[in-house]
Formats: sequence, C-alpha cells, structure tokens
Amino acid sequence: MTAPILSISGLSVVSEFDARPILRHVSLDLEPGRTLGLVGESGAGKSTIAKALLGVLPRTVRITEGEILFEGRNLRILARRELRAIFGDAIALVPQDPMTALNPGRRIEAQLTDGLRLRRGLSAGAARVRALELLAEVSIAEPERVLSAYPHQLSGGMRQRVLIAAAFALEPKVIVADEPTTALDVTVQKQILRLIRGLQAAHRTAVIFVTHDLGVVARICDRVTLLFAGSVIESGLTADILSAPRHAYTRALIAAGPRYDRPDAGLKPVPEAVVAQTWLEVAGPGRQG
Amino acid sequence: MTKDLLIARGVEVAYGGKRRLNGERAGGVKVLHGVDVEIGCGETVGVVGESGSGKTTLGRALLRLIAVDAGSVVFDGRNISRLEESEMRPLRRRMQMIFQDPMTSLNPRHTVRRILVEPLLFHRVASGGADAERRVRGFFDRVGLPVSCLDRTPHELSGGQRQRVGIARAALLEPDFVLADEIVSGLDVSTQAQTLNLLKTLTRDLGLAMAFISHDLSVIRAVCDRVYVMKSGRVVEEGRCEDVFANPKNRYTQLLIDAIPLPEIDPGWLDRDVAPEGT
Repeated sequence: MTAPILSISGLSVVSEFDARPILRHVSLDLEPGRTLGLVGESGAGKSTIAKALLGVLPRTVRITEGEILFEGRNLRILARRELRAIFGDAIALVPQDPMTALNPGRRIEAQLTDGLRLRRGLSAGAARVRALELLAEVSIAEPERVLSAYPHQLSGGMRQRVLIAAAFALEPKVIVADEPTTALDVTVQKQILRLIRGLQAAHRTAVIFVTHDLGVVARICDRVTLLFAGSVIESGLTADILSAPRHAYTRALIAAGPRYDRPDAGLKPVPEAVVAQTWLEVAGPGRQG
Repeated sequence: MTKDLLIARGVEVAYGGKRRLNGERAGGVKVLHGVDVEIGCGETVGVVGESGSGKTTLGRALLRLIAVDAGSVVFDGRNISRLEESEMRPLRRRMQMIFQDPMTSLNPRHTVRRILVEPLLFHRVASGGADAERRVRGFFDRVGLPVSCLDRTPHELSGGQRQRVGIARAALLEPDFVLADEIVSGLDVSTQAQTLNLLKTLTRDLGLAMAFISHDLSVIRAVCDRVYVMKSGRVVEEGRCEDVFANPKNRYTQLLIDAIPLPEIDPGWLDRDVAPEGT
C-alpha cells in the first residue's frame, strides 16, 4: 500500500444551530491514482465530506475534531494563502448538476480559462490554446464551437464534459466527483464514467466518487466507504464489499436496489430493525434521527 | 389478454408553430411521430426512454392534457383525442396522475387532509365531509402513512411520505387508469423499494391500470407487465418485460440495457460497446 495522498482521520462536524452531529469520527484514505466511492442514502454525510475536502463547508456547520491531511499537511491548520493552492486547485470538483454549475451568462471559453489565467498566470491566448486541448481530451468533436457557446447551447452530456475538462485544467492531484452522472441518461453516464476513468489513468489523479448508486461504484471504484448518519459503517475493496458485505445495513442496501436481471430479487426495503440497530451503533441509545 | 382500457393509435404531437382554424398545426417541432400504445384493464405498462424521447409527452397525450395533432386515444371505448375540456371533465376522475415531484405538485399551504379531501368532494366520490374524512383515514393504513400526517403540510413530511400522499390522492378517487411519471427518481433506494411495492399492491388490489414512465429500466422491470421503449418520439420496441429484457431485438434497447451498471464487478464493462448494427 502506497502512502495516501489524502487522509481523513476522526473528522467530526456538527450543526451550529443545535449541535446535531453531521459527521461522526469519519476516517478514510485515498491513494494516488485510485478511485474511492463514497456511498450512502441522503443525509448520510457524503456531500459534507466532499465540501470539507474543497473548503466550502457552509457557515452553518463546524468541524469539531479530526484532521484532513493532504500530502501530509493538515488542512485545518494551514494558512489561507497555502489553502488557496489546494482548494479548487490541487483538489478540484466535478459537480453534480451540469445545468446549474456553469454560469449561464458567460461563454464556455471564459469559464474554462478562469483557472488557467488567474491561478496559472497564462495569457488569454495561451489559456485558449490549453482550453482547446482540454476539450479535445474530453472527446468534444468541435472544440472551437463549444468554446464560443453559452451553456444553454450544449446538451447535458456536453456540459458535463466541459466541467470535467475544467476540473482537470489545473492538473489536480485529487478530483472530488459529487454525483457527476446522476442527472444524465444511462448511455451518457457510461461515456462520462469511461472518460473520467481514462483521464484519471493518464494523469494519475486520485478520485473521490460520491454516489448513491452501488452499480456505478462496482464499475469505477477500487475501494468503497459506506456511510450512515455521518458514520463510516463499512469500508474496503469494492469487490469484497459487494460480494461479502459484513454489515447488515450494507447487505440490506444492496438488496434494496431493483435489478433488471433479477426481477424477483430486488425491491426489499431496508428493514426497520436494521436501521434501528445501525442507529444504535453509530449514535448510542436515545439519539435517533 | 384482458380487455383494452386505453388504446392510442398513430399519436402525433408537435410543440410550437401555429394552429390553423381546422385544428391542424403549421410548423412546430414534432415530438411524437405516430405512437401506438395499448393498455389493458389492470395492466401495468412501462414507458422507457432517455431525455427527449417523448415519454412524458406521450403520457400527457394519453390523459388528454395536451392536444393530439393526429391519431386517436380511445379510453374505455370512447375517443377522447378531440373532446372539449368540459366533455373530458366527467372522465378526469377515472384517469389520474401521480407526479414526479410531490414537492411541486402538492400545494405547500394546504394540509395533507385538505389535499386528500378536496378532490373527493369535487369529484363527488364522497357524499360529504364526514364521508371524505372516513375514506382518507381508511386509506392511510393502506399506504403506510401515520394519521398524524393529516394536519401537516407537505414540507413537514419526508420525501417518501410526500410521494405516498401523491399516490393516495390519485388512488382515493377510484380511477381506472393512473399515469405515474418518474415518480421514484428522486428517492433513496430503500424508499424507492417501499414506494414501488406500495404501487404494485395498490394496482393489484384496486384493479388499476397504470402507465409507468421511467428512464430506469431496472425499475420498469420490477413493476411492469409490458414495456414500450421510446427513442426520438417513436416506439422502437414493445413487448412483455421478460421477453424484452431476456432478448432485446432492437439495438437501441440493447444499448440501454447494457448501459445500466449492475452492482457486480465487471472489469470489461466500461470499455465494452454493444455490438454494432448487423452483427
């Protein structure tokens, strides 16, 4: 096992309003060039982890303990100036919704070259050349046309390709992909997953893939971390967890999804007893919901 | 084969353009190019396709919520494709709809009681307020909602509960046909499983026919008897679910099925393409 490029240990986050725990002692490691799936139902804390990694936690929540180590440096104590070179730069985001993540009033060229000009100091001309290369790298057939287009002139799949190009523009070490294919059709999803996998291999980028879809995890993630109510309940190699889940909640979650190849096997809601038992494990007695 | 309840023949729908006096449309973008659909009494039929395939438009045409430019929609022996809204009204109770997003389809200022009681009185299914209340309460157990929800507004409920209110609202009117358009796409898998199980039980117990629109083939397979696969405003394949999924004839259907990631390790999947046409 190589040294992790990113390591979260004992991270706890609470709500500022009522001190409700949002993350409870979350620990995870990400190795260079690997893909880690972050899985859980809504409210499990997947997006909070993603936001913490990008330094965009809302003001309504607060980190109470734990560390986030990026290349061995603790992001919680780093100076703001040093963090600027990490958040949105060495750690970049592929957002969930390609419809809202792009500014509707600016052309793709302006949005794709922001980082190159402002963070890398490239001239407008040099940034444009680089942007064209990036668009070619995400398999966009007419990069010139796309550069001069506004977001509404592109399909959802095209916009997601643009956002992936933007994420890879600054050659990050880690990409946080927050449900990047949830809004897309399945055939487009497959193309986008293929694209992320290809770019990641070529640049040796590590990816944290936030998703609720265990099928997507099976096809793109080396390892997976399962979350429930802000706690890690199971973590390991994807193949191991899918074939032999240790936790009852993981087993129930796998059984709940419908499968076209096994119409009689799916549609089993997670039993209430399993949910109650898992709550007891993560929050102790009397702390549900 | 059961008796047909809803038969659509050669349905064409266009958006935009101008309407001539004789009802024909000039210009505009055609989104349905002659679609045929049959739904038997008590049958659950899936309509699957990607965004822009026309599945939502088809659903709306079946309920006569939009004008049909050509072709016919026959509901229980009556051609409804040219009916005026006033002529449609008596049929509305019998053709209900469950919406995609309960957050935007349930009035946020009304209590769940009002949301459920009002249609019962409007359509004269209940004889009065007391009867309507009794019917709503009687139904709550069936859809797995606690009675305490009655005095809450939609935003006070969980996503799964809201969707159940939407289902209860439609089913309480004792319709013959219900259209469900992407009703589980925003839900967690466990809630999705509960909702789909509820829908299966209700359609069986009430003898409801249902058109179930979804982009998710696994969901379609789980609840539907037959399926129509749509692409670019046309039905490209149709048949019993077990046949279509076991042996898809159309290449587009094969492509759709293959693109679904199953929760199993399959290292070749990402780089594999469905065999090109003719092989």
